[in-house]
Amino acid sequence: MSKKLLAASGIAVYAFLYLPLVVVVAYSFNNSKLNAEWVGFTWHWYQVLLSDDTMLKAAGNSLLIALTASLASTMLGTMAGYALYRYKLKLLPVLVMAPLAIPEILVGVSLLIFFVAINLTLGLLSIMLSHIAFCVGFVAIVVRSRLSGMDESLPEAARDLGATPFQAFRLVTLPLIAPGIIAGALLAFTLSIDDFVITFFTAGVGASTLPLQIYSMIKIAVTPEVNAISTLLMLLTLFLIVVASRLSPDSIRGK
Amino acid sequence: MAKNFGKWLISGPPVLYLVVFFVIPTCIMVLASFRYAGEYGGLAPIFLHDASGAHLNLTLESYREFFSDFIYSWLFIKTLIYALVTTFFCLLTAYPLALLIARSASKYRDLLVLLVILPFWSNFLIRIYAWMILLGPQSAFSAALNGFLGIFGVGPVRLLFTPFAVVLCLIYVQLPFMVLPLYANLEKHDPALLDAAQDLGANGWQRFWRVTFPLSLPGIYAGIALVFIPVLGIFAVPDILGGTRGIMIGNLIKQEFLEARDWPFGSALSIMLTIGAMIIVGGAALVARRRGRGDV
Repeated sequence: MSKKLLAASGIAVYAFLYLPLVVVVAYSFNNSKLNAEWVGFTWHWYQVLLSDDTMLKAAGNSLLIALTASLASTMLGTMAGYALYRYKLKLLPVLVMAPLAIPEILVGVSLLIFFVAINLTLGLLSIMLSHIAFCVGFVAIVVRSRLSGMDESLPEAARDLGATPFQAFRLVTLPLIAPGIIAGALLAFTLSIDDFVITFFTAGVGASTLPLQIYSMIKIAVTPEVNAISTLLMLLTLFLIVVASRLSPDSIRGK
Repeated sequence: MAKNFGKWLISGPPVLYLVVFFVIPTCIMVLASFRYAGEYGGLAPIFLHDASGAHLNLTLESYREFFSDFIYSWLFIKTLIYALVTTFFCLLTAYPLALLIARSASKYRDLLVLLVILPFWSNFLIRIYAWMILLGPQSAFSAALNGFLGIFGVGPVRLLFTPFAVVLCLIYVQLPFMVLPLYANLEKHDPALLDAAQDLGANGWQRFWRVTFPLSLPGIYAGIALVFIPVLGIFAVPDILGGTRGIMIGNLIKQEFLEARDWPFGSALSIMLTIGAMIIVGGAALVARRRGRGDV
């Protein structure tokens, strides 16, 4: 393939990737109810957003769920990542990866049946429990990749110098893999706050999150308020991902 | 003994969590596909009690229903076609980009890869919504296309709520999954091979088809797997962009769980979807392995 043709098609694909997102952001500043013609610049849709109680409530729920889910899944995921690295357990990799490999809709519906079977009222708690379940694997992968980049002789040296296994872990291994753990936590936070499919099935009627709120607005009545919340959500995700990738470059790229 | 204790202390909690919130729910779903639907949605009791004691209240009804009406098989075939078309166009779009990145100066490569991944990190719904705007009847894109078609006397076409909109958006959301494995493969190619081919008289086209392309097949297979499988279960894209003609199997599953409230049938559909995906992946892996050995 000639160089020019290659460069031209590359630019076209980048345009294809970014044009839709640029359009969403641009219309969030458009002084018109329709996502059609450019009328003029306005902050109006952001003001509408700030006085929309349902949206603010959903944002609060999303933050609460993402905080809880990322905290819990970081703890469980770090343990799983360490176990994957340290012990040769045959079924653990399958157990950790399976929830990431099968279609999300299947995870969503099976959790729905499960929560109903155990008589748990669908709401914030069921969403949190579900988010933890799919975040554990992602955190485990990030932590594990950080561990395999670590010099194994360091905790061994600590043991030779008389540290107990727990001391060697806490004083040597843990500080070394801390950036990986933080990156994993940020990743879990992002995945949780962005999740739509699994939340859709496990939310019931009681609780709404930002993606659920965006979904119902898209389905019922589209206004540029959706663009405004989308723009803010994109900025938040972008920020988190940039921070996470600084801390653990390979893991974010590998996803 | 102490070592085993540490092993279970560390792997125990995550294993327990995933067993409770992933393995057990999956088993319950498999079981649910053999149960009767409850009168008011949900599931009927699993045991029936009568004079002679408790009986298991299980049935193959949901699977019989699936095979009794061709509509359901057709929806599977249609989903398969959407996934195939999506995968094909992803490959076609991703290949030049991956090649371009692999052949650019190494200091730009990381940035170019990052630019492919960034859109993928924006919310899934936002990316679908973006296409809703772009394909909407009032959009500049629709106006331009219809203006162009008008020259040939073809009437205005509707883009939104069509299978076209669904497939276009599926290509959009899945594209990074094709670019990344392709790039990972192409980046490792030894440029000396192309020089050797050139010295032996191969033109640009021959160098691509007889050197680069065959060497990139493992990357292509990986990309196909990453793009194809998730498409089978997607429901948000057809739900928002597809209208009534563009629905896929995921929409039917969602409908059975949330609207029709026939959970056994919804579970049976989910299981058929999983089995179908596994057969396709297994078959493809088998073919790939045979090819690798040179049998085919």
